[in-house]
Amino acid sequence: MIKRAFACAAALVFAPAFAQQKSPFADYQRMTVEGSPVELFELGGEELWKKPQGPKSASLEKCDLGKGPGVLKGAYASLPRHFKDVDRVMDLEARLVHCMVTLQGRSREEITKSLFGSADRPSEMEYLSAYIAGQSRGVKMAPGGSHPKEKESYQLGKALFFHRTGSWDFSCASCHGEEGKRIRMSDLPVLSDPKAARPLIATWPAYRVSNSQFKTMQWRINDCYRQMRMPEPTFASDTTIALNMYLATTAKGAEYRGPGTKR
Amino acid sequence: MAGPMKMRATLAGGYTDVRVLMTHPMATEQQSKGQPHFIQNLTVKVNGKTVIEGEISQVVSRNSVFSFRLKGGAKGDQIEVSWLDNKGDTNKTEAAVA
Repeated sequence: MIKRAFACAAALVFAPAFAQQKSPFADYQRMTVEGSPVELFELGGEELWKKPQGPKSASLEKCDLGKGPGVLKGAYASLPRHFKDVDRVMDLEARLVHCMVTLQGRSREEITKSLFGSADRPSEMEYLSAYIAGQSRGVKMAPGGSHPKEKESYQLGKALFFHRTGSWDFSCASCHGEEGKRIRMSDLPVLSDPKAARPLIATWPAYRVSNSQFKTMQWRINDCYRQMRMPEPTFASDTTIALNMYLATTAKGAEYRGPGTKR
Repeated sequence: MAGPMKMRATLAGGYTDVRVLMTHPMATEQQSKGQPHFIQNLTVKVNGKTVIEGEISQVVSRNSVFSFRLKGGAKGDQIEVSWLDNKGDTNKTEAAVA
């Protein structure tokens, strides 16, 4: 590890031309992945999935994420999708809230009290996202796209992605619409382009090494809106699910490799 | 209560590569305003025999990853990694070399 760090520094100091040719992001990304503790979150999530909770003292093991009650293999890769029982398009987190309400008898208010945790106290949603997404490793991403409501959600997400608004007149595309942009050590891929969206969406949700926290897709969208100086979107609302749907559909066909590790 | 640990031990070309993940806040003196909480001792045993006794400090990051290579080893060897932190908390995990 020390040797590698020296090699990196030497490359930056002595060979700027070389550094320009070869993306330092790729090296950085590889090094963070090597030391990722993301599996610990998967273990925590598995425990929560099986733990009886709520007034009904039930676990989530009978939760239907689209592949049948309790089926986790490949479930994340096929989300968001339309669910017949609620006649609504849902992403992973929206569906989890639904299962917690229906199976465990908990109130939406109680469930959504602590959605985005801290390094000291990761949230239930974060642990569960890690565990469930991990069960889709190696599965091709195939969100729903045939039901009229799925098509509607995709169209809404696409419109939102390019819709400029707020005090800074930003849209998602303001940052994710031009090639070669970055914020610090993070690439800003053009998420409307399948080529750029695939590797990124296939590694979310993810552990962020910079703040030792596991981040969910709902958090990602919520925080993008914060950075755009927009009002906070409602958790698991049709709007946030539509954006998720647009991103997942653009990345469709990618082999899921998450949960990932980010800066 | 100590969070989960996870370990993988694989045999490759005469060496056993071990990678262990440990859930721990690893709070430094500065971050925690004088209430540091970190793993102090790390012990590795192979088939019950201690092979590494490590002392680590606050400089190691949260949810630490520890990976090392042991000379030799055979499939089925029992590896045990345990830690002890400055508050007396402890945890351990075991895995067989694959």
